[in-house]
Amino acid sequence: MGVKKFVVGNFYDEAVLFPAVKKTRRAGYKIHDVFTPFPIHGLDKAMGLRDTSLHTAGFIYGISGTTLAVGFITWALSIDWQLNFGGKPYFALPAWIPIAFELTVLFAAVGMVLTFCYLCQLAPFVKKDHFNPRSTDDTFVMAVECTEKTNETEAISFLQSVGAQDVQVMYRETGWWIGRYDRDTIRFSKKVEAAN
Amino acid sequence: MILREKFEVPKKYNSFSFILMAVGVLAIIGLYLTTHGGGGTEEEKKIQDARFWASLLQNSVFFLLIVNASIFFIAATTLTWGGWQMTFRRVPEAIAATVPVIGLITLVILLSIVFGSNHTIYHWTDEEHVKHDAILNFKKGFLNKEFYVIVSVLAIGLWSFLGWKLRKLSLQVDNNPFKTKEEAKKYVWNNTVWAALYMIVFALTVMSSIPWLWLMSIDAHWYSTMYSWYTFASTWVSGIALIALFVVYLKNNNYLELTNKEHLHDLGVMMFAFSIFWTYLWYSQFMLIWYANIPEETTYFKPRAQGIYGGIFWLMFIINFLAPLLILMTRDAKRKYTTIAFMSVLIIFGHWLDFFQMVFPGPSPSNVPLIVYDFAIAMGFVGLILYITGRTLSKYPLIATNNPFIKESVIHHT
Repeated sequence: MGVKKFVVGNFYDEAVLFPAVKKTRRAGYKIHDVFTPFPIHGLDKAMGLRDTSLHTAGFIYGISGTTLAVGFITWALSIDWQLNFGGKPYFALPAWIPIAFELTVLFAAVGMVLTFCYLCQLAPFVKKDHFNPRSTDDTFVMAVECTEKTNETEAISFLQSVGAQDVQVMYRETGWWIGRYDRDTIRFSKKVEAAN
Repeated sequence: MILREKFEVPKKYNSFSFILMAVGVLAIIGLYLTTHGGGGTEEEKKIQDARFWASLLQNSVFFLLIVNASIFFIAATTLTWGGWQMTFRRVPEAIAATVPVIGLITLVILLSIVFGSNHTIYHWTDEEHVKHDAILNFKKGFLNKEFYVIVSVLAIGLWSFLGWKLRKLSLQVDNNPFKTKEEAKKYVWNNTVWAALYMIVFALTVMSSIPWLWLMSIDAHWYSTMYSWYTFASTWVSGIALIALFVVYLKNNNYLELTNKEHLHDLGVMMFAFSIFWTYLWYSQFMLIWYANIPEETTYFKPRAQGIYGGIFWLMFIINFLAPLLILMTRDAKRKYTTIAFMSVLIIFGHWLDFFQMVFPGPSPSNVPLIVYDFAIAMGFVGLILYITGRTLSKYPLIATNNPFIKESVIHHT
């Protein structure tokens, strides 16, 4: 985390964005992220992102829910405080399946939502910079991270050559932070240099 | 890319299906001889007779309903304007062509059972008996021969007709592509209307009356309103498995060039989802009866879950629920042709067992019949499905290239 230096390009067309992402990767630039107003099928593959492990997390949450439900009801009704419900056995497994099922769903759902929010760095009162507010409206924003080997001027002209517009060099905070946009100017707009 | 127009039926394929059909016919003859040859008391003869007809009933109804699920697949995807299935839609269409044939066989078997004098499978057909039986007397308006025959004939006739109509609509654009956008729109609308009609018929038959009449009335005193949904789930998941099997077979032989792992993935998703759906209904039906513990209702599960059919009951739980849940859960498994083919065979076998334990504990609650004959008869039906589907596939182009949705299917990805 921390403040890093980026070369940021804006795209106004999905059809330009896709080849641009591929070319940028092939040219060896490090794409920090691509911000889009809506989900785009196949962009993750074009960016070379690995498959999410959110579903593995979901499976683990799910079986924890099942185990907790079955374990707790077994302890409560068959071991600790045996009650006779309509002549059913103390270990009445069929009656517990619906509860086990509900708890499985609850744990998997809530756990996956929280994990998703964590992975996307989303939370109430937490701020996260996304370079250009128009990426929530009508532009696709690609941010290329400047490492010590990156030549800025070359990167800028490269992005322009693949179809990006309003290319800028920006210093931005990459992580999330608690605060307010209007007060924490130091976090994300230390310096903005015009490209041309 | 050059598309291979039509499926050429290999000689091996045809002789394999003929061998299977021969096995089926021999098994029917063998079963008839073993059940009707021996002597014994009147009571024993009745049980033997019931065993023969129960076997035919189970197999014919199961295979009729799973090939009928192909028409349901076509209708459901058409009605929802689905596009992803279009590259392999000719496969369910070809399977749908078997509905009239198996329907006719089933109808002959059903009529023989109803009008056969022994009343061994459906004891509500015995009018003398019904007079003294308060429950059956109460149900007389629904469980009587006339109603049974009318509904069965109507159902099989309408499935066959609407299946044929939906196929014809699909085939008619092969040689005359659309000239205007309006024409294509009209075609899609036309398809939607016919699919909707089929859906109404399906709701009134497979999802309600047909399983009640054909299968649930074996245990005529007992009833469950969930039964038809549960039967539908069983046949629907096996139907998808059957489609997936044909798709894998054709892919293996370098047909269906436009179908790829993305389509296979979606078939796998549906197999996975509807296996869970089946379990949900299967378990709900069991749990409510288990909880209420009313003797009239528990009689159904006494031989099945706790009696000598218990082994099959738990085997089904493993094959139809645990195996799909654990094996088909990951994304990679759904994208492998081998896994999908293996799971399809397993699921079809599992739901065949499901039908076995729906039918048999009624006529023979105290001993499990030798399953070998039933399996051999099932092989006969499989051979019939293979033969007719292969023949239909070889007659028409394998890919509906002029369909308005074909592009959506080609670029489909999950």
